Amino acid sequence: MNGAPPAVQARGLTKRFGAFVAVDALDLDIAKGEVVGFIGPNGAGKSTTIRMLCGLLRPSAGTATVAGYDIVREPETVRAHIGYMSQKFSLYGDLTVAENLRFFGGLYRVPRAELKERMAFAVTMAGLTGREDALVRTLAGGWKQRLALGCAILHRPPVLFLDEPTSGVEPEARRRFWDLIHSLAADGVTILVSTHYMDEAEYCNRIALIAAGHLIAIGSPGELKRRDLGGALVELESPQPGAALAALHGAPGVVEAAIFGDRLHVLLAPGTDAAALARFLVAHGLTATPPKPIIPSLEDVFVRLVSRKPAPEAA
Amino acid sequence: MFERIRVMLMKEFLELKRDPWAIFRLVAPLVIQLFIYGYAATFTVNHVSTVVLDLDRSQASRDLISHFPATGRFEIVDNVTSQQSLNRDIDTGTAVAGIIIHAEFAKKLLNGQSAPLEVVVDGTNSNTALIALGYVSQIVTIFQADYANALGVSSGAAPGAVSVSLQERPWFNAGLEDRWFFIPGVIGTLALMQVVSLTAFAVVREREMGTLEQIMVSPISRVEFILGKTVPFFIIGLADVALVTVLGAAWFHVPFVGSPFVLLFGSSLFLLAAIGLGLLLSTASRTQQQAFALNFFLVNPLFILSGFAFPISAMPAALQWFTFINPLRYFIVILRAVFLKGVGFAVLWPDFLGLALLAGVMLGVSVLRFQKSLD
Repeated sequence: MNGAPPAVQARGLTKRFGAFVAVDALDLDIAKGEVVGFIGPNGAGKSTTIRMLCGLLRPSAGTATVAGYDIVREPETVRAHIGYMSQKFSLYGDLTVAENLRFFGGLYRVPRAELKERMAFAVTMAGLTGREDALVRTLAGGWKQRLALGCAILHRPPVLFLDEPTSGVEPEARRRFWDLIHSLAADGVTILVSTHYMDEAEYCNRIALIAAGHLIAIGSPGELKRRDLGGALVELESPQPGAALAALHGAPGVVEAAIFGDRLHVLLAPGTDAAALARFLVAHGLTATPPKPIIPSLEDVFVRLVSRKPAPEAA
Repeated sequence: MFERIRVMLMKEFLELKRDPWAIFRLVAPLVIQLFIYGYAATFTVNHVSTVVLDLDRSQASRDLISHFPATGRFEIVDNVTSQQSLNRDIDTGTAVAGIIIHAEFAKKLLNGQSAPLEVVVDGTNSNTALIALGYVSQIVTIFQADYANALGVSSGAAPGAVSVSLQERPWFNAGLEDRWFFIPGVIGTLALMQVVSLTAFAVVREREMGTLEQIMVSPISRVEFILGKTVPFFIIGLADVALVTVLGAAWFHVPFVGSPFVLLFGSSLFLLAAIGLGLLLSTASRTQQQAFALNFFLVNPLFILSGFAFPISAMPAALQWFTFINPLRYFIVILRAVFLKGVGFAVLWPDFLGLALLAGVMLGVSVLRFQKSLD
């Protein structure tokens, strides 16, 4: 990074709504050109953080700069340097594709000489070539979402905030959307994108895990997966996953257990014998495949990190 | 600055154009309400159903009774022979007024004694009752004059009593047409209702759709946003005033003796105040339902405390003070004065000043309250 100023820097960023602390003393640094995924359960504070960084909410405490500008002291300058797209689809349905683009271009005062070319770029990017005169409300979700991204980047913002942009969009369109995100990042755009799709987390340079208003972990997907979970992770299959899960929660040596599709992932305290676990299940009248050690996935890491249960102290 | 306002206006115009019902929704309520007010809103009391109990059965009593339907104010629906029957007619609503002429009416009249005539009126609608009673005394006065004349002519004697005749000359509305009174006021009432709700709903709708959030993250200024959002409603409001003025003058023949410029100026100030009010509503509402409820809560008091139908001078002092913060109060004075009196700024300046102050305060407060944040 060679001393280049971070695209986003937050220090002690806090937002309280009455007695409820939505975001609690969040520190975050995002370098130019990074794609950072904001992951966490609903209500964790992802949207609140993004809205503070966009100047839509005033922080209760702490500071942050975006593209080098202070979000509290220079909110209008910040707004000129960011693009924002919210989970709520927010284009004008009764306007055509071209009219929406022209509207947002005018709002950001894109010079008229450049507007035409940038609109053409956005239309191509959204895959809407030839449909410039279609009313936006007639477009399917994936197109609307790519057009919304096109509107958000018309003014070439160096920083882009995407708040669950892919919610409610089919997988194929999600995939295409992520391709767009990466091509923007390749052009040097810094992107903070929140999602609750785990597979999307893998597409990010770094992942910031947030729960109950706290930043729990931040790192590349690889780094996070190598995190010491404080035990060994095993996987087993059971025809009665619900009953097995309930039984496992009280089993000796089990730190945590969670259902992953038709499997169960069980985190065992160091030194616990996996074979003993199989015997435990049989003793409880449950059938299960023998536990086999696995490499933790991102989801395993998140489940572990978000859970309040402290890991047993490593010997 | 102008580029942003231009694209805002363009967007509003396009949205309006795409809505095939927009013109209908804007124009139809105005025209329909104007016609309802023009034809139905009247204080005049005509064809009052009347029951007659004539206990005298003389030439004079029949003569007096014939005076009633002759004016068109009363319509005799029943002739009864007993007080009970008359009471029943009033109780059942068959008749609103009852005329009772007691025995020896003609005799007393001839002797120069006071001849009693009893009138019973259903006071359920106090206004109608009062007006009907007014007509009765008019009719009786005419009857007396006719009778005295006839007597004087036949006897050749000069009437001894000095008769005072009151000549009523209502200025500006010589025929005392209710329509002339109502229609100028209707302009203000309709423009207020339409512009306040249009403004409030337009902003709240964007908030609900999420587009407001998208606009707020752009570097647009509050003033640019508010101008772009409200100029269309200002234009619609002026069109409302023009439409109702032209219809009122052309269809209902309400005279327009004043200056269109004074009307334009007054309308502009009034619309600014109405827009300010609509914006204030929008800043206090998260959803369209809330805006609807607030609008509903606000419009009726504004209407009642405007002097449109009920004279402000007759209100309790505390409510009279309230009328001073009601833009409709000033505008109705201006409208009636421009239509019927033809006076200008020299006379109306206090009302213009009141409107200007209200418009300034309401717009100012709404701009301050409109924050580019979601807090």
